[in-house]
Parts: sequence; structure tokens; C-alpha cells
Amino acid sequence: MVLCHPIFTVPNSTQLIYRKSSWWKRNQQRLTPWIFLFPGLLLFLVYVIWPIFNSLYISLLQWDGLSPAIYVGFSNYIELLDDEYFYISLANNLKWLIFFMLAVPIGLGLAIFLNQTIFGIRLIKSLFFFPFVISQVVIGIIFAWFYNPRGVIGPFLESIGLSNYAILADENFATYGIIFAGIYPQIAYCMILYLTGLNNLNTDQIEAGRMDGAKGLSLFKNIILPQLKPATFLAIVVTVIGSLRSFDMVAIMTQGGPWGSTNVLAYYMFETALSEYGYRMGYGSAIAAVLFTIMMFYILFFIYRMYQSEKKGL
Amino acid sequence: MRKILATLIAIASLGYSSAFAGTLVINTDLTDPAPKAAFEWAFTKFQEENPDVTIEVNNFDHEGYKQAIRNFLTTNPPDVFNWYAGNRMLPFVRAGLVEDVSDIWSDTGWVDGNLTDGMSHAKKPMTIGGKQWGIPYTYYQWGVYYRKDIFTANGISAPTTWDEFLAACATLKAAGVTPITIGSKYLWTTAGVFDYLNLRTNGYEFHMALTKGEIPYTDPRVHAVFDKWDELVKPGYFLENHAALAWQEAIAPMVNGEAAMYVMGNFSVALFKEGGLRDSNLGFFQFPEITPGIPMAEEAPTDTMHIASGAKNKIDAKRFLIFLSRADVQEEMNKTLGQLPVNSGSKVNPDPFLEAGLDMLNNAYAMAQFYDRDAPAEMASEGMKGFQEYMVNPDRRNKILERLEKVRQRVYK
Amino acid sequence: MFPIPIQKRPLINQISYKILIPISLFIWLIPLIGIMLTSIRGLGDITAGNYWGMPSEFLLFSNIKDVFQNTPMLSYIINSFKITIPTVIGAVAVSCMTGFALASYKFKANLFIFFTFIAGNFVPFQILMIPVRDLTFQMGLYDTVTGLVLFHVAFQTGFCTLFMRNFIKALPHELFEAARIDGTSEFNIFFKIVLPLTRPAIAALSVLIFTFIWNDFFWATVLIQGQHAMPITAGLKSLNGQWVTVYHLLSAGSIMAAIPPVIMFFLMQKHFIAGLTLGASKG
Repeated sequence: MVLCHPIFTVPNSTQLIYRKSSWWKRNQQRLTPWIFLFPGLLLFLVYVIWPIFNSLYISLLQWDGLSPAIYVGFSNYIELLDDEYFYISLANNLKWLIFFMLAVPIGLGLAIFLNQTIFGIRLIKSLFFFPFVISQVVIGIIFAWFYNPRGVIGPFLESIGLSNYAILADENFATYGIIFAGIYPQIAYCMILYLTGLNNLNTDQIEAGRMDGAKGLSLFKNIILPQLKPATFLAIVVTVIGSLRSFDMVAIMTQGGPWGSTNVLAYYMFETALSEYGYRMGYGSAIAAVLFTIMMFYILFFIYRMYQSEKKGL
Repeated sequence: MRKILATLIAIASLGYSSAFAGTLVINTDLTDPAPKAAFEWAFTKFQEENPDVTIEVNNFDHEGYKQAIRNFLTTNPPDVFNWYAGNRMLPFVRAGLVEDVSDIWSDTGWVDGNLTDGMSHAKKPMTIGGKQWGIPYTYYQWGVYYRKDIFTANGISAPTTWDEFLAACATLKAAGVTPITIGSKYLWTTAGVFDYLNLRTNGYEFHMALTKGEIPYTDPRVHAVFDKWDELVKPGYFLENHAALAWQEAIAPMVNGEAAMYVMGNFSVALFKEGGLRDSNLGFFQFPEITPGIPMAEEAPTDTMHIASGAKNKIDAKRFLIFLSRADVQEEMNKTLGQLPVNSGSKVNPDPFLEAGLDMLNNAYAMAQFYDRDAPAEMASEGMKGFQEYMVNPDRRNKILERLEKVRQRVYK
Repeated sequence: MFPIPIQKRPLINQISYKILIPISLFIWLIPLIGIMLTSIRGLGDITAGNYWGMPSEFLLFSNIKDVFQNTPMLSYIINSFKITIPTVIGAVAVSCMTGFALASYKFKANLFIFFTFIAGNFVPFQILMIPVRDLTFQMGLYDTVTGLVLFHVAFQTGFCTLFMRNFIKALPHELFEAARIDGTSEFNIFFKIVLPLTRPAIAALSVLIFTFIWNDFFWATVLIQGQHAMPITAGLKSLNGQWVTVYHLLSAGSIMAAIPPVIMFFLMQKHFIAGLTLGASKG
């Protein structure tokens, strides 16, 4: 009886409880997402979002991490414009970007090559995927050993009568040696993406195409490739991001040498701010800011595409 | 854990300073077996001689220490800590974090025995602004290690002048032996060569002024050093592909006779011997004279101990440093370390290399601390990169020196 | 299917394919075969340059013993576990919640928060390096496993949220509606209905995050100094500096470092691949 006219009766404890649970019940749909989001958002804000802005601020300072910081405005950036190593790093990042992209078609090729059902193919596919699972540090160590003039490739060249060649000591080609090592696991990753994509092809379309007389290259171009677009999109994005992130390989194989010629922005930043000889937090942050800006283009592009596919309700 | 211990010690010292006056807090980075053993002996002996003092050691790993020291000297200073001599201690001295210990060096009542006499040759690297800032306890020599047998087989004897040195290189090269091996992947080996060429061409004072940033890298005297270096690089007297090799990897060519000389520090002897060389075929000679009449200074990177200016127990800290400076203490520690005691009253193990080094350093005009300790970190890393690039591309010398000059102007502002 | 199944091709193609596969696999795996071959031999072979021939002595176990006795390798491996496992648990737990929130509720900021998580995941580490390091110092967590774990959980939340949100979005929401009408609280919907359904996604995500964190090198270098907390990636790098020319030890050590993610991979292949290829085949 009391529950029918809650507004007009003197509230007693039962009614208060009713009101309380009804407020929660009414609002729980609105509040629950925020409660669930809270820990993740908090961590992310503290460790990712805020540091980005903090770094941008630090790039306006001159600071060695110990003594008090001095505000210097944009002078770090101006100095960067005159810095030889900055341009070398940019050029190397570009080389990484372009050559790393080879992982996508090579991965596709490998996927097509392996997309058969002979006995044991599953194990073989796993073995091809192997390099991705191993740490870049290990891959870097292995390749550095291979490249060492007294390692593997050098003595091998000498044994077949050619002269020894130490690629990591060659300022013109050392970067390619590192890229070659870095692309090894990346090809494996693209291969897996495409294998999955190939697995989910629309067989009716393929049959129809074959019946129409399309074969080989034209079948591939007109029917297969468009269906692989999601895989291609993901492969390109991840490869681009991976090429700009190339810290581990450079750190292990050459530490930016010989004399700074294999430096990339990611490693150069670390070198200026945190290595044994580097105490320049402000300058390092400026380099990081440049790297961040470059990557933001790709990030925004990726988000834009995702947003479009969200809207389409895919 | 370490931090908690250190904090507890600090808190305890605050409140109970009188009761804990006998505690000496020492921060070290001596995790390698030989230094660790040497210091354990030293700590035990000191506590035996001074039963009222207890030593608390905080041990950091070698690489981490270089970062950690920047923090603990300001936030949580120990009483005594390890570091290095020369310009390497400059930033901390300048920031007022190191205690002046000139009183230990000038025998004003603290010392029994003549500290200044025994260590006068090592005073310069410990001096900044006319005052001394720590005590050196060990160093090791640099010079040229060589294959005695290959020299004999080619009719060469250990050179003492630059012309003799060039002649030896030419003979070796003609006989199909690489005169000088080197591994420059990690850069610092090139600095060893540069330092000696500079010390011998222009002298110790010039080298110190250069590393202090007082001389432009485009100065003709610096070019003169590179002119001498050209005489080694251009005829191809150095090992091929050295930019891809770590210094240890350059040992093998000398062990198997492909190369005959190495500009190195005494720590390399252990590796030479592991590779199979013996006292009979491995020799050492002092880096030859270049400009006649210039007093011969040597590279002798020195390990030191200092007192933090924020130390709680300066009295016992000073007692420890005095202890550390004694001839008998240094003799015993260096037996374990396999290096040279700084105090000229100490003896060394019978070993041809140690004896040669001791003799050379005790009579040295002065001691440089190696380019990456004498020059500030940033200048050092750029300088060494420049040296490495020069050694592979000697015709880029002008461009390289101009770049180093740009760096100098920025770094030494 | 594409390409034409090999069984439908002439016999000669089938045979050449079957020969080509192992050859190409061998070439592909040469680097890894290289370290395996090197880890079984002794110093004598290495100094003599005998890398590919029969080893003069079989020293795999003695090499492994050397590695464990004379280096902190065991510490490094244990530390890697100490860092990876809590991170996996933390990241997956947090992102189940955030993924659920973003997938099941409509509110204005939903897409914006979602895209923030995604964007944050692609950010270059270097822009975070100095502030995160400072923050960790100030919290007194520098050079500790806890400090590194906290960062990893926070950062991986980006990728994991993307993952879980997409997965949960694909679940039948009629189930949730029905439960709501029944009076089930939102919390119970999460715990009793959604979570059990996301088990395959959790498995896939855990495997992926395990691999990413185990193989992380950059943050281990930035936030850890001492060997009491250093994981295998940074540890291997410092050993690399020590182990010049002793390739047999380096190889044995590298294999030790690589084993856990590899085992993880082979045990959970399906999940691994499912996780990585999320989004590779829409439509």
C-alpha cells in the first residue's frame, strides 16, 4: 500500500531503501560504464596521455635531469634544424619506412606460397611464423654475429674467394643491414595476416571468376586482392608504425654507428637523453616530439579509417 | 631494498648521531670479482685497525652506478664513494657535492708518512681549482703491446721515436703483417690513439686544455696531431674493418700473427694470455716520442674514492681515505686488482708488464685520464665518433674537425 | 580457394612444390639454425671458425651450465616472469572492464575514449620516456619490477581495450538485454554473462601480451638498472657486451631467452593467431 503512493506518505525505512535502490537502478546504466572505465582510464591518463603533454613541455626546456630546468622556448627545435645527426636520422627513418614496406608484398607472397593443404603444412606455417615470436634483441644479436667480419658471412665470402665485407662498418649500407634483420620478423607477421585473409576468401566469387575465364594474375588482381583489403590495411599500418619504432635493432646492432650513420629518431632521442654520454632531456624531448608528430599523421589516418568502418557498422 | 636501508641509515644518523658516529657509509660499484675482493679485504682491515668504526656498504651494479650517483649525491649522500679522477669528477665538484680533502694531501697533522711524496705524480688529476678532491688508489698503464717474436723476425726493435715507429710499421706492412690492430666499434679505442698522439705532439698541458674546452678543434696544433695520424692511417697501417670489431675481437689477429701491435691498456694482457700469448712473445713499450723535448705524460685512468660534502661522518671518512692512501694498503689491494698502486712506496707482483708500467708511471710527468674522462660526456662521445670516422675516411678530416668545433662551442658554454 | 590447390595441378608441380617447401623453410630459418648449431659447440670450435661442421665436442649442456653459473641469466629469466605474468593479469583484467564499458553502453564520449586508447597504443615510446621515468622515480619505483609492471599494464590497456571491445561488441547483446529485464545488475551481467563468453578472447589476448612484454627491451632499459630486476632482454644485451667472441655462450643464452614465448606460441597457436589477425578479415 505504502509503495503505491511513495510521494504522499511519510517516509519510513522501507521507503528510503526503495528510493535508494531505485536511484541506483535508475542510474546504474549511466554510471556503470564509467565505473568500469575508471581503472583503465586512470592508468592510461597517468602513464600515456599526460606524459605526452609533459614531454612536449620538456622540449621547451634545457634540463640535464639533475639541476633545475631552464625555459628556453623553441631553441631546442632551432638547434635541431642545424643538427647533422637529426637529418641523418630522418633520412634513415625514411629508408626504414620505404624498405620495411617490402614486408607486405613478401608476406603476401609467402602466404600464397604456403596456402596449400599438403601434409604437415600447419607445422610448416608455424615454423615460418617463428621469427615473430622471438625477441628483437635475439634477432639483432644473431644478425650482428652473422654480419661480423669474423662471424659467419665474412669468413664465408673469403672461403669462396671474395673479399671480406663488414656491412655494419659501412656507413652507406649499415642501415640496410639492420633493416634486413628487422624485416625478418615483420614478414612473418604480414604472412600470418594474409594467411588468415586467404582463409576467409569468398569461394563463390573465386569460382565465379574462374568460370569467367579469369586466371592467375588477373584473377589475383581483380578478385583476390580486393578481398584482402582489410588484411592489407592492417599490414601496412603495423609495418609503418614498426618502421618508425625501430629502436631495438639499432640499439643492439650498431648503437647508431658507425659514427652515427645508422641513427634513427627513436634511438637518437634515447642517446641524447639517457645514454652514458647523454644528459639533455630537453633536446631529447624535442626529437621525440618530432617523431611523435610524424607518427600522429599515421595514427590519425588509422583512426579515421576505423571511424568510417565503425559508422558503417561493420 | 637498498633504498630502504640507506634511508634507515640516514634517519638513524639524524636522530642518534652520537651513538652512530662510528658508522661509515660507503657507496661502490665494484661488482666484478677482483675489485670486490680487494675492497672486502680493505674494509675488513680498516675495521680491524679501527674497531670503533663499522662500515656499511651499498653496492650498485657498474652501469647503474653511473646513473645512480647523480641521484644519491644530492638526495642521499653516503660518507665515501667511488669515482674517477680528472675532469670526470668536475661536475660533482662544481656542484659542491664533493668534500675538499686538500688537508689530507698536505701533511697537516692528519698523515703519518709522506702522502705528498708518495703520490705527487698523481696530484694533478686530483686537483681542481688548486684543491684536491679525493684519493686515488689504483691505476693502470696504457702503451703499446707488441709481438716480440714478429719484431725480431723482421729485424725490428721496440721504437722510441716517431721515425723509428713509422719505419717499424713500414717493415711490418711490407712483410704482410698488419702493423697495428684495433677494434673501434665501441669507439673508445680510437681515443687512446688520439690522446697519445696529442700528448706526444703537443704535450700534457695542451691536451688538458683541449679536453677542458679551451682550445678550438680547428686549431693548427690539433691539425698537427692529425697530420701525424695520417702517417699511420693513409698507408693502411691499421687493421681492416676495425669499425665492425669490438676491442676484444681485435685481439685475435695479434694472437694469430696477422697483426703486431696494439695501443692498449694493461687490462688487455689477461686476454692476450687467454688467447695463447706468453711473456716470451708479448711485450710492452712506452708510446714513442714525437716532438723531441716534450716531457712524457701517460694515460693512466685512475680509480678514486671521495667524501661526499653531505656526509654524516666526515671524521671517519677521512680516516678511511688516509688508510686507503697508505703504501702497504695499496700494495695489497693492487695485488688482487692486478693493477698498479698509486703510492710510489708500494711494490707490485713480479710481472714484466706491471713492473714496466710501475716504472713508467712513477716517472711520468703527469697522467691523463683518457679522453672520455677528461672531456665532458657529450664532447667525448662526439669526439670519439669523429675519430672513428676519420680513421676510416682520413680525407674528411677538415669536415670532422669543424663539426667537433661546433660541438665544443655548444658543450662548453 | 586461392591459389589453385596443388593437388589439382600436374604431378610435376606437386613434386617440385613438396621439394621447394623444406628448402625454403631451411633458408628462412638459417639464423635460428645458426644459433642452435653454435650453442652445442665449445670454445675451441668457435676460435677455429668451425661453425657449421660437426662439433668437435657436444657441449650444449655444459654451455647452458656455463651460462647459468657464470652469469645472472637465471635472475634475468625469473625477472622476466615476474614482470610478464602480473602485467598479463593486470592488462587483461583492466581491459575486460574497459572493453565491456565501451562495447555495451552508448554514451557521448564512447567513441572518443575508444579512439584515445587506440591512438595511445601507437604512440612512439620515446615521447613517453622521460616523464614516465621521472614519475617512476618519484613514486620510488625506479629499478623495481613493480614500476615496470605498472607502466606496461597502463600502456597495454590501449591495445587490449581495442581487442576486448571489438570482441564483446560482436557478442549477442540480446542476452544482456534479457538479463537486464530480468533485473540482473550491470555488475552481474559483466561477471556472470559477458566474462564467460569472452574466454577465448582472454586466452588470445593473454598469449599476445605475454609475448609482447617478455620481448620488450626499451622499457626494461629505461626503468630498470640492477640485475635484481632486469629481465632477459636487457640482460642479454649487457651479456652481449661481455660475451664478445664467445658465440657459443651467446647462442645458448639467446635460446634460453627465446624459449618461453616460443613454448607459449606452440601451445596456444590458435589463440595467438586469432589475436593477431583481429580485423584482418572483416566482411
